[in-house]
Amino acid sequence: MRFYRLLLLLYPASFRREYGADMIADFARRRRESSWALLDSAFDVLKNAAAAHWDVLRQDLRYTVRSLKRSRGFAFAAVAVIAIGVGANTAAFSVADFVLFRPLRFPDPNALVRLCWGPRTGGGWGCMNQLSPANYRDYKNMTSSFQAMGAYFGNAVNLVGSGEPQRISGAQVTSDVLPLLGVAPLLGRVFDSTSGGATDARSVVLSYGLWQSQFGGDPRVLGRGVNLNGTPYEVIGVMPPDLYFPTRETKMWTLLLLRDENYTDRSDNYLEAVARLKPGVSMDQARADLNVVAARLARDYPDVNGDAGFSFFAMRDTMSPRYRLMLLALCGASLCILLLTCANLANLLLARAGARERELAVRAALGAGKERLVRQIVTESMVLAVAGGIAGVAIAAAAVPLLSLLVPDTLPVASRPSLDLRVLALAAAITALTGLGFGLLPALRVGGRTGVDLSALREGIGSGGGRKQRLRNVLVAVEVAVSVVLLISSGLLIRAVWRIQSIDPGFVPERVVALRTVLPRPKYDMTQRRVQFYNRVLTDVRALPGVQGAAYITGLPMVMTGRVTGIVIPGREVSAGFRNEVVTVRSVTSQYFRTMGIPLLRGRDIEEGDIRGRANAAVVSESFAEHYWPGADPIGRTFEARGEVRAVVGVVGDVKVRGLERAEEPQLYLSAGQVADTAFINDDPKDLVVRYSGTTAALLPPVRNIVHGADTEQPISNVQTLDDVVAGETATRRAQLRVLGALAAIALLLSGVGIYGLLAFTVAQRSREIGVRLALGAEPSSVARMIVSKAMKLTLLGLVPGVLAAYAAALGMRALLFGVAPADPATILGTVVLVCLMTLAGSLVPVLRAVRVNPMLVLRSE
Amino acid sequence: MAYSRSDVDALLPLPLATFHILIALAHEDRHGYAIMLDVAKRTDGELRLSPGTLYRSIQRMLEQGLITETNERPAPELDDERRRYYRIAPFGAAAARAETQRMANLVRMARVEGLSPGRA
Repeated sequence: MRFYRLLLLLYPASFRREYGADMIADFARRRRESSWALLDSAFDVLKNAAAAHWDVLRQDLRYTVRSLKRSRGFAFAAVAVIAIGVGANTAAFSVADFVLFRPLRFPDPNALVRLCWGPRTGGGWGCMNQLSPANYRDYKNMTSSFQAMGAYFGNAVNLVGSGEPQRISGAQVTSDVLPLLGVAPLLGRVFDSTSGGATDARSVVLSYGLWQSQFGGDPRVLGRGVNLNGTPYEVIGVMPPDLYFPTRETKMWTLLLLRDENYTDRSDNYLEAVARLKPGVSMDQARADLNVVAARLARDYPDVNGDAGFSFFAMRDTMSPRYRLMLLALCGASLCILLLTCANLANLLLARAGARERELAVRAALGAGKERLVRQIVTESMVLAVAGGIAGVAIAAAAVPLLSLLVPDTLPVASRPSLDLRVLALAAAITALTGLGFGLLPALRVGGRTGVDLSALREGIGSGGGRKQRLRNVLVAVEVAVSVVLLISSGLLIRAVWRIQSIDPGFVPERVVALRTVLPRPKYDMTQRRVQFYNRVLTDVRALPGVQGAAYITGLPMVMTGRVTGIVIPGREVSAGFRNEVVTVRSVTSQYFRTMGIPLLRGRDIEEGDIRGRANAAVVSESFAEHYWPGADPIGRTFEARGEVRAVVGVVGDVKVRGLERAEEPQLYLSAGQVADTAFINDDPKDLVVRYSGTTAALLPPVRNIVHGADTEQPISNVQTLDDVVAGETATRRAQLRVLGALAAIALLLSGVGIYGLLAFTVAQRSREIGVRLALGAEPSSVARMIVSKAMKLTLLGLVPGVLAAYAAALGMRALLFGVAPADPATILGTVVLVCLMTLAGSLVPVLRAVRVNPMLVLRSE
Repeated sequence: MAYSRSDVDALLPLPLATFHILIALAHEDRHGYAIMLDVAKRTDGELRLSPGTLYRSIQRMLEQGLITETNERPAPELDDERRRYYRIAPFGAAAARAETQRMANLVRMARVEGLSPGRA
């Protein structure tokens, strides 16, 4: 019998209370009649208890739907608030987790590190410049911290097969690179390292994406021939999907063979290194190991390595600290939204509880037990949470693709993060708990009393008003504070973007289009042959109607940000501090400065006559001249760069080579016609810039025809306007701003709704008092003043801590502010005005309602 | 309680247990255990309502207004005081009649098609 009583506990309490006694009596009789009664009953209880719970749930759901239908405004507001909180947080944290924390998809990814050139003094981040083969070899051979180390550089090749020639991004890697990543090829093999790779000089490994797009995923692709830059290669392997190395864009790998002659010039930096730490070796130990080598290299080769060190970092951290900070700011903002969401939801529920108390008291008076009331309210909260959660997932799913702009392209991961279900569950749980907590309050109050409080049944008496009212006031103040933080933060970032956008890039980007024609080796090994190509293309393009100038350059500013060289000035000591002695170097054809709108300050432009065999001409930037020959005329001065003596023929304005937000080295321009035959392919001019009037669409077809006429196998790639290039400088910032701005707008809206809700509730509750005041002759304006001043008090209560918190937040993200002061008065003032306006807007309807209270009606209803 | 034809139709077809309970209460107020016994007797032991099924059905039928709980007690020697007694409501009687009619129609249709029991 005791067992049966225990079994009955499985039924809902309300059911047990009604029928428990009868069932126990029935069971007693049945047991007398049958020895199987207990077993039968156990099955019966299990089956029917579940069904009884389902009955109750269905009933509660029906009731919930009815009650939410009656208060549509509340239901809509609650679902929207939950959806915003859940959606914003899921999206923000999904992206942040993907970029910052999720391990890379390599085996033991934490042991993967990258090694580049860096200043001897340390500092900076990421790969600041490349290593020369000789320095790479020494770091590799003289350290003992690494299991394996390999070198690579990114390249792009012209893939000629069927149809249009294609330009494909790839990487040249030493044979150590792919094995040390630890990912086995999907098909075939990677480069053979036993013979030093010599057997694989004409082999190519495809990425999964290229295999799919260019070879239709054909499993018989191994052994097939492809033509890269005019040279036949053989496909020896296909890597699995999700392998991105060194960047997301890399579509294929060819073998990098370092021969003796590659090691002669220690200043020829073009390699990056990737390595795997030995088990048990920490980053710090490896860094110490590298430091010893760097010191030795500095001693042995002071002319090249005197100022040079290395930058060494985990592969996971291949991104600028700005990205990190930006994402953390975004996470902070969405946490603010979650806080705001919960405060708003609590406020909504507390307001509803006021109205509810009476209803619950009635139901309790009619015999509903505490358990049923609680259960009903839990069901209602759950319905709201689930509906809000579903809408939140929809919001997050829509937001994540937008946020994927914040995924840095230097990181070897897919471009689009997936939704993080753990975050979703957490955000949903937090909002559901808030809903439960504040929803249950009224039910527990009613159920907690021994008798039924009949005072709650009387119309017009707000019970338990004082404490709840204070809680609601605090919640509204918190909402104001949070929205102030978000408004000020996004305001500061907007000012930072404005400031960056107003920076002069040093050239005039409007009406300039750029396109790339990389001349493949060995077809264009001879400089003379390349110059012929440039001249033919440039002559024809300049003859096109509307074209005001055209020229070739090694790499566009802000696109090609690296490529530096050391220079030697006769009679000038090599000084410490690396930036001083390193300049960015580009090879250009004639008319480059005119086409780009870079002012020629003195002397002359590079000319077509500056070819090999004549004196090496150099055009330098203003900062270059100022640095090396301060106060003197630089024209005619000579210096040594790239192993040859150069004479300054002209001075031009400085250009923001590395981007709007970064400092740059002085700039040196050499003549395209004077590049050495043996020069590295990256030095070749390959970007054609054209200044024109008219539309890009009209310009491009004839330019394509001209390139095609000069070389039918020559592909064109990277077509872009310089406007886009400059706009791209602030693209991530603007993407981030849009997100932050949207969050701030939501926050403002939510706290406006919070203020409105509170005041509307207050007015409804105090309508009697307001009526009496009006009846006693109070002016409507004084009533209005009373309400507005209450709203303003709450706003002030939130404003002060909000501004302080915003200041703290701004200090934390100073690196993003680009010199805008964390306590920027204009931003703070603007926010205060905005928040006050929002308060006034939120109190408008309640004020109107209050002054329209009809004293007679109110008093009569008493 | 006022009810309309459409209220009745909305309940059809009645669950088997509901129909049997209505039949058991057609002419006599009974408590739960008595209903169980009556159904078993009427069906020659073929249908034995379990307590769970019975009381869940009773709960639902009370909510639907098919039956009511009654305070009138039978003769003291027959009364089991711990028991609640149930009585068929007019709405319940109407529902039972409508269900009977529905089944009769079904049986007639089946007969017309030669589906009487015992025939090949």
